Amino acid sequence: MAADAARILRRLGPGGVVAALGLAAILLAVVAPGVLAPGDPLAIAPTEAFSPPSWAHPFGTDESGRDLFTRVVHGAAASAGIGLAATGIGIGAGLVLGFAGALGPRWLDAAIARVVEVLFALPTLVMALLLVAVIGPGTQASVIAIGAATAPGYARILRARVRGVVRSDYVAYARHEGVGPVAVFARHIAPNTLWPLVATATLGVGQAIVWVSALSFLGLGALPPSPEWGAMLNAGRVYIGTAWWMTVLPGLAIVATATVLTVLGRRASGAGSAGS
Amino acid sequence: MPDSSADPLPARLARGLPAWLRWLLGRIGSALLVIWVVATAVFFALRASGDPLEAILGGPGSQAGPEAVAQARAEYGLDHPLVVQYLAQLWRVATFQLGDSYARRQPVAELIGAQLPGTLLLAVLALLLAWALAVAGSTIAATAGAGSGWRGRAGRAAVGVLRGLELVATVMPQFWLGAVLILVFASSLQILPATSSGAGPAGLVLPVVTLAIPIAGFLAQVSRDALLEADASPFAVTARSRGASEPRVLLHHTLRHASLPALSLSGWAFGHLLSGAVVVEALFARPGLGRLLLDAAMSRDVPLVIGAVVVVALLYVVVVTVVDAVELVVDPRLRTPRAPHAMRTPELAVGS
Repeated sequence: MAADAARILRRLGPGGVVAALGLAAILLAVVAPGVLAPGDPLAIAPTEAFSPPSWAHPFGTDESGRDLFTRVVHGAAASAGIGLAATGIGIGAGLVLGFAGALGPRWLDAAIARVVEVLFALPTLVMALLLVAVIGPGTQASVIAIGAATAPGYARILRARVRGVVRSDYVAYARHEGVGPVAVFARHIAPNTLWPLVATATLGVGQAIVWVSALSFLGLGALPPSPEWGAMLNAGRVYIGTAWWMTVLPGLAIVATATVLTVLGRRASGAGSAGS
Repeated sequence: MPDSSADPLPARLARGLPAWLRWLLGRIGSALLVIWVVATAVFFALRASGDPLEAILGGPGSQAGPEAVAQARAEYGLDHPLVVQYLAQLWRVATFQLGDSYARRQPVAELIGAQLPGTLLLAVLALLLAWALAVAGSTIAATAGAGSGWRGRAGRAAVGVLRGLELVATVMPQFWLGAVLILVFASSLQILPATSSGAGPAGLVLPVVTLAIPIAGFLAQVSRDALLEADASPFAVTARSRGASEPRVLLHHTLRHASLPALSLSGWAFGHLLSGAVVVEALFARPGLGRLLLDAAMSRDVPLVIGAVVVVALLYVVVVTVVDAVELVVDPRLRTPRAPHAMRTPELAVGS
């Protein structure tokens, strides 16, 4: 056990360990926000409005005197949930398109590849705005919009990966041995494409949190009273000259979460040595 | 020389054409496909989700009477069957008659044309700045860690810091970065304006920096890896053995090689910049294509949304084409057929 732990620590490196601790703190905030911040994120205290950060209010207070630290901690569940849901939609659609393209007949692959390529030509936020125009604003809509807008990216990655696995020697060998297509898919293709997906998904959740926050920031996602990070930034934007903490500190939570997930995602995929 | 405006030909005829013409036809074909897919998807999605009449008559909660509704229905052709409306829409988009905006009652082409130059200026300046930052950063990173002794240690520490900065830059949301820049340079130091309108150079600084930093992070990561690879490659060793100085090796050999992966990312980066333009233009109260699209999406202004999205998609095709052409100039290896092509997106990035 100890040797395993040491090996994992060495593989993570100092940056990875810090990121893992950060992820643990975020998960704690998601699962049990009361442990980190016992207060009520919606409790108002008009006399304490616009207090700068202090020991009593580490992140300061907003225009209604709500404690921003409590709101950021309680907002973790909303933001992480939104990021996960959007990534789930994106990966789900990407899986269907990627598997259908790589395993289906050639005309289907060609059609999917073309359409995915075209959709990929649309920048994420532009496509998300398009979908928000269709569905109307709101939290659910922004999750669907970001999920659908990232689906072409996942479809590209998955298609390439599935094609690589399908052409590998062990799949050829299994087929040669007379293993049926369903068994080949379940025993060889699915495990070997889905496992690397964990790294992609970790990176993707970080990106999705940023995108969904961007929609909230633009006023198209979660609406201000709810303690979602992007919505908090949007609410604080008006007071940026007088109450900097209302914008900077919730935004720091987004940057920290995205950084932590990116570091861990890259460590998991071994895609790059970047980051420390 | 064959007529370059010819229709896309079947593959068996196309084989006789010169390579550059086939490449050009392929590009035109993909541009047409982009227009068709976008126009179709937008049309049906918007129709399926609600009544565009609502948007024509002043958005949700409009108080228009039945006569006004009937008149608007006839005026915008909404009383025809859906298929007729769709074909009419497709014909108009294909011939660039983008129609009038529902909400603003002005031609879409005029609205987009007026906003496009400002956004393009922003995007091009940001791309140039991102390139400059990325080349500077990756050159420092690739050369600083090379020495030995305390200089080498300090250099490696600097490289570590640079890598950390690159990573944070790539995940930095533009809406937060811009807000912090406004806070520091406009509210506290009061040396730059917080809002930006027109092409006044002072007002452009903060939006361009906000857009450029995340892109610079991506480009720097890619070009640093390529620079280290080039530095260890036989051609660099050969140049050094001939007595070339380190700056000469860098300028004449390795930097050119290292710019390739970052160059092929530029199409993707441009898309990322247009995404960013939506946020940055809203944040800095700057008129532009991004703001126009945001407003149109909020008021469900169908023709304006279609027009803006088609223009954005076409811009992407144009940029990718230009990047391809520049790559052919920089990298002679790509001129031989079937040369492996560099990646077009940063590894594992799923959006732009």
